[in-house]
Amino acid sequence: MSTTGSQNLFNRVWDLHTVRTLPSGQTQLFIGQHLIHEVTSPQAFQMLRDRGLHVLFPERTLATVDHIIPTDNQARPFADGLAEEMMSAIERNCHEFGITLLDLADKRQGIVHVVGPEMGLTQPGITLACGDSHTSTHGAFGCIAFGIGTSQVADVLASQTMALGRPKVRRVGVNGKLRPGVYAKDVILHIIRKLGVEGGVGYAYEFAGEVFDRMTMEERMTVCNMSIEGGARCGYINPDQTTVDYLRGLPHSPKGEAFERAAKWWLSLASPANAQFDDRVELDGASIEPTVTWGINPAQSVGVSEKIPDSSKLPIGEQKGIREAMAFMEFHDNQPIKGTRIDVAFIGSCTNSRISDLREAAAVAKGRKVAPHVRALVVPGSQQVLAQAEAEGLHEIFRAAGFDWRAAGCSMCLAMNPDKLVGREVCASSSNRNFKGRQGSPTGRTLLMSPAMVAAAAITGAVADVRELLA
Amino acid sequence: MPQQIQTVVGSGLPLLLDDIDTDRIIPARYLRCVTFDGLGEHAFEDDRKQMAGHPFDDPRFQGAEVMVVGRNFGCGSSREHAPQALVRWGIKAIVGESFAEIFFGNCTSNGVPLVCCTPDQLKQLAQALEHDPQGKVEVDLVGREVRFHGTSGNSLKFTCVIQDGARQSLTTGNWDFLGQLVEAADQVRETATKLPYMSNFAQPG
Repeated sequence: MSTTGSQNLFNRVWDLHTVRTLPSGQTQLFIGQHLIHEVTSPQAFQMLRDRGLHVLFPERTLATVDHIIPTDNQARPFADGLAEEMMSAIERNCHEFGITLLDLADKRQGIVHVVGPEMGLTQPGITLACGDSHTSTHGAFGCIAFGIGTSQVADVLASQTMALGRPKVRRVGVNGKLRPGVYAKDVILHIIRKLGVEGGVGYAYEFAGEVFDRMTMEERMTVCNMSIEGGARCGYINPDQTTVDYLRGLPHSPKGEAFERAAKWWLSLASPANAQFDDRVELDGASIEPTVTWGINPAQSVGVSEKIPDSSKLPIGEQKGIREAMAFMEFHDNQPIKGTRIDVAFIGSCTNSRISDLREAAAVAKGRKVAPHVRALVVPGSQQVLAQAEAEGLHEIFRAAGFDWRAAGCSMCLAMNPDKLVGREVCASSSNRNFKGRQGSPTGRTLLMSPAMVAAAAITGAVADVRELLA
Repeated sequence: MPQQIQTVVGSGLPLLLDDIDTDRIIPARYLRCVTFDGLGEHAFEDDRKQMAGHPFDDPRFQGAEVMVVGRNFGCGSSREHAPQALVRWGIKAIVGESFAEIFFGNCTSNGVPLVCCTPDQLKQLAQALEHDPQGKVEVDLVGREVRFHGTSGNSLKFTCVIQDGARQSLTTGNWDFLGQLVEAADQVRETATKLPYMSNFAQPG
């Protein structure tokens, strides 16, 4: 249980949270903070009911609603009867089991991975779980955050623990200086492009180096958010002064002297210079371009000035998948990505819906107009982000440019609410997945990029290089 | 105590594609539900509409219990609705090159073993199923083998890789983690008291 020496942060935190070794050889791991939402929790509560179990630490679970929330008309009952049923279910379940729920009337409501950090619930050195794969977001604080399935949601509710095998740890170093117009989203898309969608299987990713040291907490959240898209079990960045400064004064942060004690503990957990890792990778930050996906998984991307690959030049084993992606997306070998016509522009999702994302997008949209053929919407990640953006007048900039300004939720990232692509529409999206059918139309097409690049595409009506609009 | 799962034997279904994500296994619109009932009929719904002769619609593979898949199967969303949809369609085990980790955990929690073979072995297995769809695939967790028993007496036999934790919990009937985890409530509380944040750093030290 040593927390000194050459242990990396992941292993330090893992050891501190180990309850015991299970008969399977897996670890029973204590979970410091549990977050739930309406989609993956109803069956978990039923599992507890079926066994007559209660929630062991109800104050350690927080519920919010995000996936199914309409972003235009939020009057109850919702127009979608199924969404209304899910909303009622989480209200009933939280009431019955004594869990705090941030409902639509609560000014703290929003996307679960935006809300946790805003409230100060996400802290360095804790373990965090949520029935959502993008839980890796919270690793930005140097916490160990796992996306889990519904059976494991039940496990955490009833025992505040879960059964897990210890993953290996890979240090993903990115050094050098990012060029102007290159954002955190481009960094993580580049990492996934280089390491692949399966590259992280079996690993936790520690993101380290100058590029992450210089990032704000919101940028770090964007990076860690997409760890799962690289196959990693989780991703994290060591806590530093940026982390401590962000946490100071948040509602759930410790206060006064307790905060100073907390900060000392948080910083002591960071991987030391001589930390041991199971694997190391180094990438050059200065070579990263604004990046856009062209395919049907997040590793299928190119720099905006590059061309889509020539499938005939790839290894035989990769050609089938590449050709499937090209056929679905209607791209051909060697086609430039820049200039690809879009129909829809979506700024939002747990990856890129925070205030800094909206500021960057607004800086591009300001004084310009969305192309006439493009349907564009901005969906803030939380009611707090929405309020902050309105206080800064960002909503006026977006509206004047022709964007729809919506209420907080997951929206068109996965289209469980009424915000969907139609038919073969092509969407420039600041979200995290370009899977077939992801944005609500089984044949709809998604191009992932940074929020500023989405704004540039909305204005241009086609994939554009945001650097030309920022100049 | 759940049943011990040491072998699964059944007819097979080849779906040798890489990076099949859980959105494809069960589209998000079917997650608007409060139980897992009824998900089986929607498994691979959009892929089936877009791909004529999808194995889930192929009459030869109806009633299949063992899927043969490619690399990184089940990537993406953590939705347990994905394995639930497959189980409700009839799947009891999956043989593939590799699996995404959250999907793997969700399958183990539902008593569905996932085992790994090499790309070449998977190709042979898929070809055997195409030629002899009535043949049986046997996943032997104890012996760490995947076997194909053809209807004309021919057979294939491969060594497979099974994650130790999953193998141990499935073969001994210990895959009900919830039951095991709640037993240790006292140890859980003990671990919690040692973590400084559990008292919001109230105590100096």
